[in-house]
Amino acid sequence: MVPLHSYLILSAILFSIGTIGVLTRRNAIVIFMCVEMMLNAVNLTFIALSRHLGSIDGQIFVFFVMTVAAAEAAVGLALMIAFYKNRESIDVEDIKLMRL
Amino acid sequence: METFFFTIVAAVAVLASLLVITCKNPINSALSLILTFFCLATLYVMLDAPFMAAIQVIVYAGAIMVLIVFVIMLLNLRSEAGKRSSHTVLFGSLIGVFTLFQLFYLLNRSALTGAKGGVDSDLIHRIGHTEIIGKALYTDFLLPFEVTSILLLVAIIGAVILTKRKI
Repeated sequence: MVPLHSYLILSAILFSIGTIGVLTRRNAIVIFMCVEMMLNAVNLTFIALSRHLGSIDGQIFVFFVMTVAAAEAAVGLALMIAFYKNRESIDVEDIKLMRL
Repeated sequence: METFFFTIVAAVAVLASLLVITCKNPINSALSLILTFFCLATLYVMLDAPFMAAIQVIVYAGAIMVLIVFVIMLLNLRSEAGKRSSHTVLFGSLIGVFTLFQLFYLLNRSALTGAKGGVDSDLIHRIGHTEIIGKALYTDFLLPFEVTSILLLVAIIGAVILTKRKI
């Protein structure tokens, strides 16, 4: 029987790696993938706590998180394609129209 | 035995997620991310949630990652050109490590003493995980479930309008 804390620690590590990826990478698609990884880390926490507390509600929440992630993937990738059509690049440092 | 298996799967997940943020080529990052998702699906099976593992493989590794890989190939992205500024890497890593310490601190100081619900491993094996999820989804969570369908509709329309040149 693996204790609950192991799952929570793994989830914290994955979340932090995702944070580092979002803050250091410049390719918009890689940043997007790191956000997906952070969402997955939170999903792992939800399911681990759901088993620990003997309740199904956490897993229903994971279901909704996955739905929102799917919608986010569709709209986010459409935004990137639209940006690529204008600038021929998806480097986030090229997105600076509102910079002073 | 279970602890040993957990250690292996967790190590693979962490290594694959490190590859996601270090690979130069976005395709390699995407493939490593798929590996991370499969490891998480394995952990969901160990947590008595086989339906969630199936959804993880079908929706994340199947649908979302195929979409991402497709867009990477459509845009024909090369590896990141030019140098990364060292300030960005330094401050990003600092903030990430700070987040990690904060999460560990929270884990260590909180004792989990919640009320124990009725869904345990025995019940899941007797009734079936999918049936329990389905009952909760269509009775207690019916309204959020319906609102989700509206969200998906909005996402479909938004994606089409954003990528269309002229409407």
